[in-house]
Amino acid sequence: MQNHILSIILFTPLIGALVLLFVPKENKAAIRWIANLFALGGFLISLPLVPRFWATLGDTSHQFKFLEGTVNNWIPSIGAGYNLGIDGISFLLIMLTTLLGWISILSSWTAIEIRVKEYYIWFLVLQTGMLGVFMALDFFLFFVFWEAMLVPMYLLIGIWGGPRKLYAAIKFFLYTLLGSVLMLLGILFLYFHHHTLTGVFTFSIPELYKTAPQIPFATAVWLFLAFFLGFAIKVPMFPFHTWLPDAHVEAPTAGSVILAGVLLKMGTYGFVRFSLPFFPQVITNTSSTFMSLTVRGWMIGLSIVGIVYGALVSLMQKDMKKLVAYSSVSHLGFCTLGIFALNQAGLSGSVLQQINHGISTGALFLIVGILYERRHTREIAEYGGISNVMPIYATITMIMFLSSMGLPLLNGFVGEFTILQGAFTANWRWAAWAAPGVVLAAAYLLWLYQRVFFGTVTNPKNEKLHDLTPREILTFAPLIICAFWIGLYPKPFFQILEQPVNQIVQTIQTASPNVNAGAPRLAPFQTWDSSTHPNSALNNAPSPAQQASAAAPTKASN
Amino acid sequence: MHSAATAGDFFFLSRIWLIPLFPAFGAAMMFFFGRRLQKATVSAICVGVVVVAFLFACFTVNDYTHFAHGTGQPFEKIVYTWLGSGDGHLTFLKKDGSAAAFNADAGFLLDPLSAIWLLFVTGVGMLIHIYSVGYMAHEGGYYRFFGYLNLFMFAMLTLILANNYILMFVGWEGVGLCSYLLIGFYFHRKSASDAANKAFIVNRIGDAGFILGALTLVWYLGSFRFTDLNPLLRSGHFAIGDPVLTAAALLLFVGACGKSAQLPLYVWLPDAMEGPTPVSALIHAATMVTAGVYMVARSNAIFVLAPTAMKTVAIVGALTAIFAASIGLVQNDIKRVLAYSTVSQLGYMFLALGVGAFAAGVFHVFTHAFFKALLFLGSGSVIHAMSGEQDMKFMGDLRQRTPTTFWTMFIGMLAIAGIPGLAGFFSKDEILWQSWSSEGGAYRVLWFVGFATALMTAFYMGRLIFLTFFGKPRMSHEVEHHIHESPKSMTVPLVILAICSVAAGWLGVPPSLGGSNPFGKFLEPVFAKEAHVMQVEEPRQLAAGEKEEEHTDPMEYTLMGLSVGAAIVGLGLAWRAYAHAGKDYKEPIAQAAPPLYKVLYNKWFVDEAYDYAFTGRRKVGDVRLGVLGLGEASSWFDAKIIDGIVNDAGWVTRAVATLSTWWDKWIIDGLLVNGPAVLSRFLSYPARLFEWGLVQWYALVMTAGLVGFAVYYVWK
Amino acid sequence: MVPITTLHYLVVAAALFVLGVVGVLTRRNVVIILMSIELILNAVNLNLVAFSRMWGNLHGQVFSIFIVVDAAAEAAVGLGILIAFFRNKETINVDEIDLLKW
Repeated sequence: MQNHILSIILFTPLIGALVLLFVPKENKAAIRWIANLFALGGFLISLPLVPRFWATLGDTSHQFKFLEGTVNNWIPSIGAGYNLGIDGISFLLIMLTTLLGWISILSSWTAIEIRVKEYYIWFLVLQTGMLGVFMALDFFLFFVFWEAMLVPMYLLIGIWGGPRKLYAAIKFFLYTLLGSVLMLLGILFLYFHHHTLTGVFTFSIPELYKTAPQIPFATAVWLFLAFFLGFAIKVPMFPFHTWLPDAHVEAPTAGSVILAGVLLKMGTYGFVRFSLPFFPQVITNTSSTFMSLTVRGWMIGLSIVGIVYGALVSLMQKDMKKLVAYSSVSHLGFCTLGIFALNQAGLSGSVLQQINHGISTGALFLIVGILYERRHTREIAEYGGISNVMPIYATITMIMFLSSMGLPLLNGFVGEFTILQGAFTANWRWAAWAAPGVVLAAAYLLWLYQRVFFGTVTNPKNEKLHDLTPREILTFAPLIICAFWIGLYPKPFFQILEQPVNQIVQTIQTASPNVNAGAPRLAPFQTWDSSTHPNSALNNAPSPAQQASAAAPTKASN
Repeated sequence: MHSAATAGDFFFLSRIWLIPLFPAFGAAMMFFFGRRLQKATVSAICVGVVVVAFLFACFTVNDYTHFAHGTGQPFEKIVYTWLGSGDGHLTFLKKDGSAAAFNADAGFLLDPLSAIWLLFVTGVGMLIHIYSVGYMAHEGGYYRFFGYLNLFMFAMLTLILANNYILMFVGWEGVGLCSYLLIGFYFHRKSASDAANKAFIVNRIGDAGFILGALTLVWYLGSFRFTDLNPLLRSGHFAIGDPVLTAAALLLFVGACGKSAQLPLYVWLPDAMEGPTPVSALIHAATMVTAGVYMVARSNAIFVLAPTAMKTVAIVGALTAIFAASIGLVQNDIKRVLAYSTVSQLGYMFLALGVGAFAAGVFHVFTHAFFKALLFLGSGSVIHAMSGEQDMKFMGDLRQRTPTTFWTMFIGMLAIAGIPGLAGFFSKDEILWQSWSSEGGAYRVLWFVGFATALMTAFYMGRLIFLTFFGKPRMSHEVEHHIHESPKSMTVPLVILAICSVAAGWLGVPPSLGGSNPFGKFLEPVFAKEAHVMQVEEPRQLAAGEKEEEHTDPMEYTLMGLSVGAAIVGLGLAWRAYAHAGKDYKEPIAQAAPPLYKVLYNKWFVDEAYDYAFTGRRKVGDVRLGVLGLGEASSWFDAKIIDGIVNDAGWVTRAVATLSTWWDKWIIDGLLVNGPAVLSRFLSYPARLFEWGLVQWYALVMTAGLVGFAVYYVWK
Repeated sequence: MVPITTLHYLVVAAALFVLGVVGVLTRRNVVIILMSIELILNAVNLNLVAFSRMWGNLHGQVFSIFIVVDAAAEAAVGLGILIAFFRNKETINVDEIDLLKW
């Protein structure tokens, strides 16, 4: 029991799906109750992980915690193992997944009327798939979950979606599949490469970490690109983003919440978990360029273009959901910018921003869904003066908009600011180019707010809209609480992220010591006061002992 | 650095973090329960918390004076680590390659500078809260209004008391948010929500500058904390004109331009008058818009090291002052005149900061807070009396009907015009003198700008008062019938502010007039150490800000006389033109130079120009420029090119698939697979005659066969 | 009384078997055909049990139990097919079940 907490969290939704199989499909109320029970259960069951993970923070000798299974225990003949384990990054994403899973299932109560049973079953299967991606420490297992989760999402869009659902579902599926096939090739290369070096066939990620540095540079570039495409499509980075607006617009509300909240994070998670530690030499390489930009230059460039471009396109949308979808492109641009800033601030800000984006954009999709459920349209022009008829809704919307545009004391600011600081210290131009995104975020969100909520009710269809029900308020409450929590007291999150982030930076540092990556040299911060001459403060090179202590936690993986 | 042991001795000082929390509590109450509360309860809670905050602030500042003993030693209280892991293990690389901790605390700082702001923000804020009880008595959304006001107080106090740039940014954005909410208070009016959006977005541009400036500083110096930065900057380690510090100072000034409505980001403030009048008084005159001044003053250690930035500040300030004043000359909306006047006065403050006279700038903020809040609240009282009419063309002769409002506003006018003895005189004159004398007279041209502005200020303020309170009544009989003096809750704050508008100036009487300038003395520790910068080629620049207080120059009296003269001339001109204005009164500028009048009346067409060039709300010919133009282009690009490529890839795939299907169907399947099949079928016709499909017949044949075999073998 | 020997069982079984075969071949009702098949299987069972007794071991009995299970399964599947078929064709006349020809 103690050692299987990850498995329990992982399979609770799947058990829910199995139970639902035995409920007659006419009994919609029972199906809804059971599905919600398992979704809430899935969330509650993941809560004990919080104190237990917190207790392991001091233990820096292991990169991954709560390990389950041994290497190659699943299909020994090909070297696949049922191997689970988490670090701070996956811990936060798992908590986000269980929370959003519960909320989106709760939000579907009245929104889904056809094929209710199948809907909930697929949703719970999806939930297990996503959790598996964040927990797997074995590439084979990882890939199984990565692909398995596509199918339920495909069905959620394709069956319960809007008018162009088939186009959107197929586009989503094929586009994502294109990326993951290339990633599979990359995985297989790593697998065979490991065998060549050690004579052992294994998909175990920690094992493969060890042999990855021996990959010749020219090959590593191609591998990086294969992984990059898989993750970039998922994130989605500009210019691989066009599946996203279609999928979001057509998906049912809860599907959009999960899609934006969790699925996109799998791409950024992939960058952090695989691209960075496996191919640091490719990312930090400065000699080989393509169109006069290095690999890292390309990554940063695409991120910044994504930030500004996503915001600009968002500004022009006439469909609320599409607007929010493009804003995701902009926000995820911040996340990738933080990742490829390759320093501690950038990386921890990026992971934090992923969580924040899950919270605020998830809430934004719920918000759009609420109007859609009442009016069955998402055209901005159909609305106006909504705050007259739905004041509670308007208030909650304002809070979440502010969170999304990065107002201090709400969550968005913490992530964005940390990313900007990371980007700035890596190269100040990057932060300067990303800054317009912050301004534009205010522009498109406030303009949307003005058009939907301000003014008088001009459309008679909007006059009778009823305000939020208690169930709907309940779906928002946890998100609002989280938004304020991260905004007011993000310190625990930084503490959780400290070890994994330092580890990644250390890996990069080892691969190419000259990169201006923000070394995790743990110099205690020296405050200036009148007694010390500032010269000493400015040149406070860390002592060898401090460097040694910085390197210590990362020995496990190197 | 500042020992907690001594801080613990001061009850209020050690609990300084409670000050912003009082109004935050009020705002939270309104958020959760406001809807269900009576108006009386709402006002009791919301005014109550601000009164408590004001009293607490007074005691805190009292504690502080005992704590600092006149040394100006800052008091710092760190409540908790806000950003960062708090253990110093989350680091970043500074410009010089050394590591520093990523850290921003929820920490509070009290020094003379923040003490002054603390007192007048809570004080003026309290008066405006009380005033609002009367002003908003008949408005809907009462609790919402007070909730926002309280939230504003929270944000403003956070801004003032923050001990680092990032927590300051919390307040910085927070006041922007509250400004947005309050400008858009009458959200059913399109103009109000437009103005709200404009305010927030223009402020956001400034905020981006602020953040980048703060990031530049931390990248260069390794900390966001003022108590880390200031000693370091004053240590003599940095050269004057250090490019990174100059960049940081300029970026911070971009932030100040946004918040304090300076060129070119001033456009939001006049539109912000869409909000209720108390809001204009509190946020857009007395407190929030001075945040930029506060921030620049707070960053004085950086600015003195960046002469280019200082020059920029001074020039922008002076230009804004005269530019806004020129628009103010001809506006008819009483609040818009005051709004442009505010922009213009803020320009004065930046002029002072830019020439290095930080204390003078702060002093003008202080006095301006009183008389501008007074004028705004007075105008609110006028509007209240006029049943909501804001156009001065339709006012007149309110002198006797609203006597308290008249007298208090009259004092406010004298104060802002710079009539000796009132607050504005001392602070404005100080600024003008400093801009004349600073840097050996390098800024004298700015003195002329300031002088011209003073003349214009006197004129438009005179115009405002005379058009409103003198002349013939020009309103409709309906409105005239309803004119009444405002209730006590509105007039009492006016009277208090009027008294302050007179008295505040006497805190800063310069030595040349026989005073000792206690205000400047109090602030001295904050700005005193500018001179300790590294000695480089231009020692003359070191004098920026450090004034030889005791030395008086005969020139100072000449200039003083000149500016008093300007004030009197301005008021006189206004009296001649407007004091007897009837329904058909003429604008003197419109008669003298109609094109100029048109340009001024249309605010130099700046809004239109911005719409063409930056926002893209207006098209240039058929082309849309600006952000919306970019947005349209990006959307087109996204739909046609990027998604087009994706869909084309799909199309090509399908075309190839169609081709393959044909090949598969007719060649592979048709010829190679079905060909043999067709042949077999042809051959099968004779064979299938034996198959007739009845299972029992097959069984019979089978049985017969079996029996046949059995018989055969038995027989054999 | 003549002692009942293995031969007796075999005769009875043979008779059952022939009855079964005739039933399968002659009846048109699928249900009866299925029942006839049961007869055939039971004839075989009888043989097996008889030989089991003759040889004094259990092999035959084990087999017969297998066949009982098998017969049950076959009957279930057969009837299942039959019901499905009846739903579509509304007949269980074996003459009309000739879809597989050609």
